[in-house]
Amino acid sequence: MITFEVCVDSGELAVREALGLVLANLETLSLDVEELATVELVLAEALNNVVEHAYPVTKPGNSIKIHCSQKVTGLHFAITDQGYSMPNGQTPLGLPQNVEVDPFDMPEGGFGWFLIKDLAKDVTYRRVENTNQLALRIAVAIH
Amino acid sequence: MEVSANNEGKMCVVSVLEARIDAAVALAFKDAMRQSTDGGEADVVLDLGQVTFIDSSGLGAIVATMKFLAPDRKLILAGLTPAVDKVFKLTRMDTVFSVFNTLEQALAKQSS
Repeated sequence: MITFEVCVDSGELAVREALGLVLANLETLSLDVEELATVELVLAEALNNVVEHAYPVTKPGNSIKIHCSQKVTGLHFAITDQGYSMPNGQTPLGLPQNVEVDPFDMPEGGFGWFLIKDLAKDVTYRRVENTNQLALRIAVAIH
Repeated sequence: MEVSANNEGKMCVVSVLEARIDAAVALAFKDAMRQSTDGGEADVVLDLGQVTFIDSSGLGAIVATMKFLAPDRKLILAGLTPAVDKVFKLTRMDTVFSVFNTLEQALAKQSS
């Protein structure tokens, strides 16, 4: 059972950097490509939200921490930042987008939370003092 | 964002030459697609064979490209790798676009 933590400064390439570090730490688990794709996609969406909404302006000291611990139920991730709170103190619902519409009405956004909630389990958000804490579980690497 | 555009018969083929279409490059991707297809009349095949990762921002940029070309020109997708295919299926965007496993299949279908 592995546990690790990575920390990056927010910014345009922060998500790529964080994903690279997380995937390097997961190499020891020999996950299959589909499991890795799920982990990468869920974390990318969660981290994109932090970079875009919690830290809309890039400043020194805007750090994002990702903690991962492997348990019998899968990989448990906790993402923390000290940026702006989620609107209304909760995550968006992440409902599927209606794509049976005219091309010009086709949604170009709003898929991120749907993907997170579709692929991850036990998604919880808490604001504790000045910190956003997003926890989620991805049911891979189960023993 | 590196893309290459070529005319193949009646089609314009735009190949993405980078491995990721993510939030970091979504705007640059939209610009590159606009520049490489602007002024033409042909339908566009987007060759994603080299793309191994796409997120919701990248997906949104592809939808924006489809809208830019509509209503006269179609955007057809080819060469989706498994991780890219997964995002299209989960969001049901695979029902919005014509999707082909390979560029060759897309071109054969369009010329028949």
